[in-house]
Amino acid sequence: MTAGLVPPSSAVDAVARGRLRRASRRRLVVAVLAGLVVAAFCVTLMIGRTVYPPGDVFRVVLGQDVPGATFTVGRLRLPRAVLAVVAGLGFGLAGVTFQTMLRNPLASPDVIGISAGASAAAVIAIVFLGLSGTAVSVTSIVAALGVALLVYTLASTGGVAGTRLILIGIGVAAMSRSVVSYVLSKAGTWDFAEALRWLTGSLNGTTWEATLPAVVALLVFGPVLLAQTRDLAALQLGDDTASALGTRVERTRLVAIVAAVGLIAFVTAACGPIAFVSFLAGPIAARVVGPNGSLLVPAALVGALLVLVADLVGQFALDTRFPVGVVTGVLGAPYLVYLIVRTNRAGGSL
Amino acid sequence: MTALRPAPAPGTAGARRPGPVRLLWLLVVVGVLAALAAASIAVGSRGVGWSDVLAALGGSSDDLGQAAVTKRIPRTVLAVLVGAALGLSGAVMQGVTRNPLADPGVLGINSGASLAVVAGLAWFGLFSAASIIWTAIAGAAVSTVFVYAVGALGRGGPTPLKLALAGAATAAALTSFITAIALPRGDLSVSIQSWEVGGVGGATSATITPVLPFLAVGLVVSLLSARSLNSLALGDDLAAGLGERVALARGLAAAGSVLLCGAATAVAGPIGFVGLVVPHLCRLLVGVDHRWLLPFTALTGACLLVGADVLGRIVARPSEIDVGIVTALVGAPFFIALVRRQRMREL
Amino acid sequence: MTTTHSLAAEELVLGYGERAVIDDLDLVLPAGRMTAIVGANACGKSTLLRSMSRLLAPRAGRVLLDGRAVHRMPAKELARTLGVLPQSPLAPEGITVADLVGRGRHPHQRVFSRWSREDDVAVATALEATQTTDLAERPVDELSGGQRQRVWIAMALAQQTDLLLLDEPTTFLDVAHQVEVLDLLTDLNRTRGTTIVMVLHDLNLAARYADHLVALAAGRVHAAGDPAAVLTEENVRVVFGLESRVIVDPTSGRPLVLPLGRHNVAAPAAAPWAG
Repeated sequence: MTAGLVPPSSAVDAVARGRLRRASRRRLVVAVLAGLVVAAFCVTLMIGRTVYPPGDVFRVVLGQDVPGATFTVGRLRLPRAVLAVVAGLGFGLAGVTFQTMLRNPLASPDVIGISAGASAAAVIAIVFLGLSGTAVSVTSIVAALGVALLVYTLASTGGVAGTRLILIGIGVAAMSRSVVSYVLSKAGTWDFAEALRWLTGSLNGTTWEATLPAVVALLVFGPVLLAQTRDLAALQLGDDTASALGTRVERTRLVAIVAAVGLIAFVTAACGPIAFVSFLAGPIAARVVGPNGSLLVPAALVGALLVLVADLVGQFALDTRFPVGVVTGVLGAPYLVYLIVRTNRAGGSL
Repeated sequence: MTALRPAPAPGTAGARRPGPVRLLWLLVVVGVLAALAAASIAVGSRGVGWSDVLAALGGSSDDLGQAAVTKRIPRTVLAVLVGAALGLSGAVMQGVTRNPLADPGVLGINSGASLAVVAGLAWFGLFSAASIIWTAIAGAAVSTVFVYAVGALGRGGPTPLKLALAGAATAAALTSFITAIALPRGDLSVSIQSWEVGGVGGATSATITPVLPFLAVGLVVSLLSARSLNSLALGDDLAAGLGERVALARGLAAAGSVLLCGAATAVAGPIGFVGLVVPHLCRLLVGVDHRWLLPFTALTGACLLVGADVLGRIVARPSEIDVGIVTALVGAPFFIALVRRQRMREL
Repeated sequence: MTTTHSLAAEELVLGYGERAVIDDLDLVLPAGRMTAIVGANACGKSTLLRSMSRLLAPRAGRVLLDGRAVHRMPAKELARTLGVLPQSPLAPEGITVADLVGRGRHPHQRVFSRWSREDDVAVATALEATQTTDLAERPVDELSGGQRQRVWIAMALAQQTDLLLLDEPTTFLDVAHQVEVLDLLTDLNRTRGTTIVMVLHDLNLAARYADHLVALAAGRVHAAGDPAAVLTEENVRVVFGLESRVIVDPTSGRPLVLPLGRHNVAAPAAAPWAG
């Protein structure tokens, strides 16, 4: 054994070079994703029943008055596009937080019942309590936090076992879904259409009033989650290793859960639980970025891109106008299956 | 990767029950079933007297009370059949997969049957009873094979966690397809909704009769597989060592189970958690010998479903709650309790 | 770079749920030495190690690092002095060796701090010490068991702690890789003075590599000290419930335990440490 205490500087340089190479790939991917999000955002503003040229759209966004475009773009399309971006960022960020924290790509808020709990509350509020607007949002936020707390408490007997948390989440999701189904089966036709929004997610009829709370939530909870980046990376190595590295495991998990659930709940209250976005964003981001380094920012961008593109597809690609959540649901399903097959075959983190 | 090991619990740990105790329990369960069935006929939004019940059973439907009873009889019969089918199906499935969390609902098999039927209704104009049953069974079979294949990939084979996750994910995926199919078809939304929530209301002898042969075949195949399931419980290698043809035995038992839950779903819609709860309860009563366990799960399943149906009618009077919702609300906490009791082992 | 740190347990009581695994245990681990903890299955070896490294809170008593209770120390401060390698750490799918080893720098970094030259030096040093420099850009998934274990040790080294606790670092390895890992740990101990504390299954490897042996039985320290003093036939009988002969290992001069089963054993020979 010739282990000197200080390695030759060539070895240190090699380590640094490898690290910089991986970092530069990450930066490139993030830049490309951000560019694509901006492009999809602009397209969403431009096209519709009337197509406006980029110049008009740009002037509307800057606040200038353009006949026709000011209302259509400024009042109808802009809040929709902004909510699409915010929702995508939020779902992506929250989803990848859960997946990283629980070391399982399937442990996203849609699988473990948090989104379903929020939906159940929203549907009850609409159909049975006759609420609308903000009241529904509040109900849905309270319920999402309640469900997360319930799942977390039920799973924590002597420390939270990640796997137990997932299974209990599945049970809670099944219960919430049965509530939703019951309420829907009692709903009249108008309620059915409105309630579907809370089941699959929709950006139809988005207003600034509905968008604003989601924007605020992203500005509050987003930085909280980003500050956990390193601790979340440590958690990926297992609770014991993370603890050995000086991470306070339970505290990190609690902060991450509260911030991610808060994000999910506010966004869900604005546009419903857009199916599979929080589940898909992380694995897709991992694919394009590679396994090294944090996925939080890339996954958020992938989420935004998914929602924007799926909304365009749902609005304009087919005869029937599908809400965005139906599109992401149907697109997401095959990927979900593929992902489980691949993870299982690799003997990976299940 | 994680596997669940059942925590040793009194009564489940391979206990040999003396025959008389089992016979006693058999009498108790039959008695309970009879009482619940009687309650199911008597209880409803319109209360009826026992004289009306007796008269209606004699074939009379002269007044409103007797007419109500006449409508409740097929409903009760259906609840008994579906409950027995689901309980037995769950027990066989848990035996075949050696997985304490196996259940037609948890594994996404009900959603497979539902999706097949919804697609059939929306695109292929399926309306005859027989075609719906075949479609549902085919859907159930495909999703069973699929979920099992996905859950069995990789290290450790089909662990409870992998199967449950594969099932939940598949159910989520299938549900989103059901929504996508149903959304543009406002004309079908009522009949499609009934495929999203299971219930036994509205049963008539005409809806029950076509499904009887399927249930009968499934029942016989499942009960006959009791001995193989006892061997399979020891692990594939040991079962093969005992002279069991493992693949064949497992395939037959699984086919019986799928037939039962597919047929039950075809006639009553997706009803979850009966197949999960019932086998665990029965193991507490009669132990792990499948020759006793399987008939018991059929009887207890019938009790549970009839009871849940009666409960749904009492709680929401004068309206009613579909039995699929009652079983989910009762069964999901049971599932959670089961998960909490399992010892987790990180591999 | 080495300062000597003392690690000790005082009146320690540990357990899971209702069950007490360690009961009123006192232990001092010698600084700058290699200590192996041995004992029968379920005697509390790993539990003790987990508590010493703060992964498990004690029911009563204290674990003291330089006189301070570890369960009261700030997590990152402790992690800069005391490193732990758990029994089955998890490698994220596809992660490269260099990146995994870099995760060991966690306790030295702040929330939004940039990666420094010092971090690179630490990673390079850890890779060199474990002879994994050539593997730096490979995904961890593709490595053999022995390579992987060296990479995990490298991660713990990048943490740059003076104490290193390892829970069965040789499980799942074949005998050649077991020796390789223990040689590596000895190198670290000799060249840097790192205090090593490890739980080991194999008595003879423990006797060969440890300077200090702790034998646990029924949640207490049955014997502790020099391997030659601890590994006696009487102690092996009490701790493992096993009849044995203990002879001098001709290759190392340390004790060697030969288990006595009921078969194929010739008439017992006299043993230097008998009784």
